[in-house]
Amino acid sequence: MARPIGTYSKPGSSKANKTGSWRTEKPVFLHDKCTDCRICVIVCPDGIIFGADKIYDPDYDYCKGCGICAKECPVDDIKMVPEVR
Amino acid sequence: MRNLETSTEKAPKPKKEKEPVVEWLLAAGHRACSGCGEALGAKLVMDAAGPNTYVATATGCLEVFSTPYPESAWRMPWIHSLFENSAAVASGIEASLIAQGRDKDVNIIAQGGDGGTADIGIGCLSGMLERGHNILYVCYDNEAYMNTGVQRSGLTPFDARTSTSPSGKLSWGNKTNKKDLPAIAAAHHIPYVATATVGYPNDLMAKVKKALSIRGPKYIQVHVPCPLGWIHPSDMTIEVAKLAVLTGLIPIYEMENGVVTKVRKIGKNRRPAEEYLKVQGRFRHLFAKGADAEEELEKIRQIAEANIKRFGLV
Amino acid sequence: MRKFIEGSMAVAEAVKLCRPHVISAYPITPQTHIVEHLSQMVADGEVNAQFINVESEFGAASVVLGASAAGGRAFSATTSQGLLLMGEVIFNIAGLRLPVVITVANRSISAPINIWNDHSDAMAIRDAGWIMLFAEDNQEAHDMHLQAYKIGETPEISLPVMINMDGFILTHAFEGVDVISQEEADSFLPPFKPAVHLDVKNPVTMGVLAEPQWYMEARCRMQEALYESRPVIKQAARDFKGKFGRWYGDVIDTYRIDGAETVFVAMGSLIGTLKDAVDDLRGKGEKVGLLKIRCFRPFPGQEIAEALKNTRRVAIMEKAFSLGASGILGDEIKAALYATPYRPEISTFFIGLGGRDIPKSSIVNVYNQVKAKQQNNVFVDLKTELVK
Repeated sequence: MARPIGTYSKPGSSKANKTGSWRTEKPVFLHDKCTDCRICVIVCPDGIIFGADKIYDPDYDYCKGCGICAKECPVDDIKMVPEVR
Repeated sequence: MRNLETSTEKAPKPKKEKEPVVEWLLAAGHRACSGCGEALGAKLVMDAAGPNTYVATATGCLEVFSTPYPESAWRMPWIHSLFENSAAVASGIEASLIAQGRDKDVNIIAQGGDGGTADIGIGCLSGMLERGHNILYVCYDNEAYMNTGVQRSGLTPFDARTSTSPSGKLSWGNKTNKKDLPAIAAAHHIPYVATATVGYPNDLMAKVKKALSIRGPKYIQVHVPCPLGWIHPSDMTIEVAKLAVLTGLIPIYEMENGVVTKVRKIGKNRRPAEEYLKVQGRFRHLFAKGADAEEELEKIRQIAEANIKRFGLV
Repeated sequence: MRKFIEGSMAVAEAVKLCRPHVISAYPITPQTHIVEHLSQMVADGEVNAQFINVESEFGAASVVLGASAAGGRAFSATTSQGLLLMGEVIFNIAGLRLPVVITVANRSISAPINIWNDHSDAMAIRDAGWIMLFAEDNQEAHDMHLQAYKIGETPEISLPVMINMDGFILTHAFEGVDVISQEEADSFLPPFKPAVHLDVKNPVTMGVLAEPQWYMEARCRMQEALYESRPVIKQAARDFKGKFGRWYGDVIDTYRIDGAETVFVAMGSLIGTLKDAVDDLRGKGEKVGLLKIRCFRPFPGQEIAEALKNTRRVAIMEKAFSLGASGILGDEIKAALYATPYRPEISTFFIGLGGRDIPKSSIVNVYNQVKAKQQNNVFVDLKTELVK
C-alpha cells in the first residue's frame, strides 16, 4: 500500500528529536554522595537518566534541564548550573 | 526494576552508554514542557502497565507532545482519535480483541486529561464504566485545559486563576469546586477507583498494577502539576504535587467496589493550605498586596478540612 | 434463499454474512430495526460478534473506530441526527483510513424535527472522506454490504464505506430478497487483513499530529485513495455479478437512456419510481431515460458526463439541497459537464423532503415542466399558499 502519510508512526521514534537544545540550566551529577536510590531515574519526566552503581548521568541530548532530579535528590548530589554553549 | 523509589538493590549494568536505566515505554524526545507532570505521570503509568498494553489517548497535551508525525514517543500500540472519545475507542479495541481471540494477557488503557475526561469526554467514560469493559481509564488531572492555553475545566480547583477564570475586581478566580469525578466513577459500581499523584510515584505505579490485576473497568485519577499553567518553577513539580496531598486539598485513596479501602494518611505532616497555594502563580492573587482574601482562603481551608474529615486523612 | 423480509432484516442478514467482529449502535428511527435484528442474532449465537450498546451515536462511531483500528471488522448503523452526532468521528474514521461500514437509513434533519426520509443527513457529511453508496431497493442494500467491505478493505483504498438506504421507504418495506448463503458470502468476501493495525506484537502509533508540513499530503493521499476506489467499486460490482448474477450498475447505472432527449438523475429508492415513470412516458412515445447515481463519493463526474453526452435535457431530482446555495447533485453534475464539451439543459428539483410522498404524477409534472423550459431549484409539490 502506498503509505498513507500522516496516519501512523513507528514506536519510540521520538528519539530522533533531541530536546537537549531547550535547556537553559543543566543538572550536573556529582557522583559523590549517591546512595543508588535512583529517585532521579524515576522522577525524570523524560526518562533519560543512564548509568549504574552510583554513577548516573542525564543524557544531555534530551535533558530539558527542568531540575526535578536536583530538587528531589535526597543527598544533594546533583546541582544545577547554567548551560553554556 | 519498577520499584525504584525505595529499592536498595543495585541497578543492572546498562548494556551501553547512554542507555537509560529503564527503557521507558514513553520514549524521550517528546515535546512536553520542561518539568511536565503529565509526561512524568504517563511515563510511570506506561511502565507499570508494561509493553503488552493497548492505549487509547484523548486529544490534549499528552497526545500533541508525544506524536508529531513522523515521530512517536509511544513504544506500545497506541491510538489517538478525538478529544472526547478515548474511553469509547478503548471499548472498541477491547471488543475487537475479544472477538478476534487476542484479548489474553493484554492490558487496555484509555487515558486523557481532566478536560477530556471530566468535561467533554464524560459521556464516553460513563458508557465505558457502565458496560463493564476490562479497561483502565487514567485521567491525568492538571486542573485546566493546558493544551489550549490554560482554560478552566470541571476539575479546576476553587479560586484558581486560569485564562477563562481570571481574577479581577469582581473575581477571585474559578468560582466552582473540583468535580468529584472519582465518586462519579465509583457510582458506576466498578471494582476499582483510585486517586494518585506524581508526588508519590511508587504509589501511582502500584495502583496501576493493582488496577490492571482486577477484571472490569477501573478508574485512576492522577494529579499532575503543570509548571506552565500553575505557574511554578519546573523543578517544583514533585514538591507541588506532594504539598497538594499534605494540605489535604488532594486526597489520595482507593475505592474497591464503591467502598474506600485505603487512604494516604497525612497525619502530623499536615501543612496549611497556604503553603500549597503560595508556591503557585495561579493562586498569587489571593496573596497580592492589598488583597483582602482571608474569606477566600478560609473557604479553601474548609475544602481541605472537608477532605481530611471525609477520608480520615489525619 | 429467497425470503420475504423487512429491509432492515435484509441488511442485518447481510451484515451477519460479513462476519463482523464488533457491532455498535444507538437507537434512532428509522435505523433501529437493523441493529435490533443484529442484536437478536448475536443473542442467538448466529453472529459471533461483540454487540456494544453505547450511550450515543458518537460513542457508537468511536467504538467501531477502535474495533477497526484493532484489526477487526466493524459495523454500525444510524440516521439523521445520529449521523450528525457521529460527525466528528465520521471524519476521523476516514482520516485514520479505517474500513468501517456504516449503514445510514436516510432521514431528514431537524428543525423542524421530522423522522421521514430524505438525503439531508448523508449530504451534510459528504466531505468526510467516506465512500458513499446509495441503494435503490432492499436487494441492492443486502448485496451492497458484501461489496462495501470488499471495497473499503482493499489495502490500497483503506477507507470507510457508508451504505445509504432510504429510511422507512426501504428499511421498513417488506419485499422478497434473495439472501446470500454464508458459503457464497465467504467466497466473495475474504477475512479482513488490515494494512496497519494495533498489535502488541508489532506496535504502531495511530492518529498522529500532522503539522503543516504533513497535513496537506495526508489529505491529498485520501483524495487519491478516493479516486482510486472508483475502479475498485466497479470491479466489486462486476465480481458480484459474476458470482451472483445481480447487477445494479457500478458507480452509476442507466435505464432506457438510448435516444433519450430528457434524462432524469436521482439516487436511492426514487430510482424505482422513476423507472416506472420512464416506462409510462416511453409508452406514450416520450424520449426519456434515467441515470442512477449509485456511488456519490467518489463522485463519478466523468461517468455521468459520458452518460449524458447525447442528452438534450437533464432533470436532476434531489432529496437534499445546500441551504443558501443550491442543489448538491445539480451543482456537481454541472461542474462535471463543464469539463466536457457537452451542454445539456439542466433543470434541478428538490423532491420528497422530510418524507413527502413522490407519486408518479409528480414526476410526470416535472417532465412536462422541463420540456417546457429549463427549471432551477424547484421544490416539487410545494404548497405555495403556505410559503407566500
